[in-house]
Amino acid sequence: MSSFQQPFQHQQSAHCESGVMASLLTHAGLPMSEPMAFGLASSLAFAYLPIVKLSGMPLVAYRMPPKYLIKTLSKRLGAKLHARTFSNPEQGRRELDAALDSGRLAGLQSSVFWLPYFPAEMRFHFNAHNLLAYGREGNEYLISDPVFEQPVRCAVEDLQKARFAKGALAAKGLMYWLDDVPLEQDWSKLIRQSVLSTTRILDGMPLPWIGVRGIQHLAKQIDKLDPAQSKYNRLYLTHIVRMQEEIGTGGAGFRFMYASFLQEAGEKLGDSSLQEASAQLTAIGDNWRQFASACVRASRNKGETPNFAPIAESLRGIALQERGLMKELAAWSKR
Amino acid sequence: MKLDDVPQDHSSTYGGHCKLVYAVDASGHYQGAQSDGWEPEAFATQMAVAELQEQEAEALAAWQRGELSPLKCLMYRYRLDEPALAQITGLWQWRIRRHFRPNIYPKLSAAILARYAEAFGLPVEQLITYQKDLA
Repeated sequence: MSSFQQPFQHQQSAHCESGVMASLLTHAGLPMSEPMAFGLASSLAFAYLPIVKLSGMPLVAYRMPPKYLIKTLSKRLGAKLHARTFSNPEQGRRELDAALDSGRLAGLQSSVFWLPYFPAEMRFHFNAHNLLAYGREGNEYLISDPVFEQPVRCAVEDLQKARFAKGALAAKGLMYWLDDVPLEQDWSKLIRQSVLSTTRILDGMPLPWIGVRGIQHLAKQIDKLDPAQSKYNRLYLTHIVRMQEEIGTGGAGFRFMYASFLQEAGEKLGDSSLQEASAQLTAIGDNWRQFASACVRASRNKGETPNFAPIAESLRGIALQERGLMKELAAWSKR
Repeated sequence: MKLDDVPQDHSSTYGGHCKLVYAVDASGHYQGAQSDGWEPEAFATQMAVAELQEQEAEALAAWQRGELSPLKCLMYRYRLDEPALAQITGLWQWRIRRHFRPNIYPKLSAAILARYAEAFGLPVEQLITYQKDLA
């Protein structure tokens, strides 16, 4: 990195995509916390997709799909997002080197499995992990991986393999950076717009698998589990927990992160109704965590037949709470 | 979640690292806090890992008995399943299943083996050596 450039500050984040965007924006001179980046991009969601299978299990998502946050946030802030994928891996490497040598930060999408600095037990084939490269030294890239405490290093070959891993959600070497970030923003308009959009995603989609209806759908699926299939049930319930907690969801499937956004937004606008909404969502997040604990408890005891009805019931409770909160927030955003 | 409730369960699945989570302090104010593990999450992760290890061990035993080619064992070792391997290699699943058969595997061309080698991140020579062992 050239010496006149202001040094890059690594900041640990709960989630990769929001962390990378928060770092890119802060570095560009628009200070942005991770929850703020997450909330302004309306990334909170819920989806239960039985057609998309992950190791034989349905996809359960607590946020919008990969790349949504990057695109939405840069659009709303009016920043220019450059994103490139490469059909030729060698060209992808050259472009990354060129970008880093010119002192630019580069956001990269890559596979978790091929990143050697990840703990072995976290290395699954998930191709949509985001990280930030901020320099290179010899045969190593200097990387700010948002979910790690400290910056890390990664050998050129390893990062190359991770960027160009094939399979579901393949990154194709995706590299992105921001230009022309406007430093003046109309926060009131931005926050209202993004909150309204979140309420429409969570409660307003005419599809039974998305948002609050998706949560109710999941509750129905848990109700329907056949107690005789104990192995499948255990894998199914722990799969939900993994989707909710593993690799950067900030705990409770992003609910705490969004609550933190609501609080920060409330302070920015001096509006106490957002603070109340934040407290409500914190309580909902706590319920999500209890739901996760209950799923694991039901998977743990092999002997007795677990009772799924209370687990499904708690999920229905969460669905109702989220619907109530979304209605309040929708009314607020139109005020 | 309150700051005091941020779990510190020293989960081995975190590999000695800490994750950031958001929690509220006594006055209800959000801040980031590090967590070095949460037991229910670790249980779920270990269960997924154990399931793959079990499948790998079964496939390994079948390979040693000469009932399967090494591909199935390697597939699980590198945390893949048939649909994922099919997507990465660009082969149909039925072809992959056919390549699991010990009498078919030694006849595979180096070009096909190279696709598997790339998916597993192994040198293709290793997969070719396995062909000789089987013959």
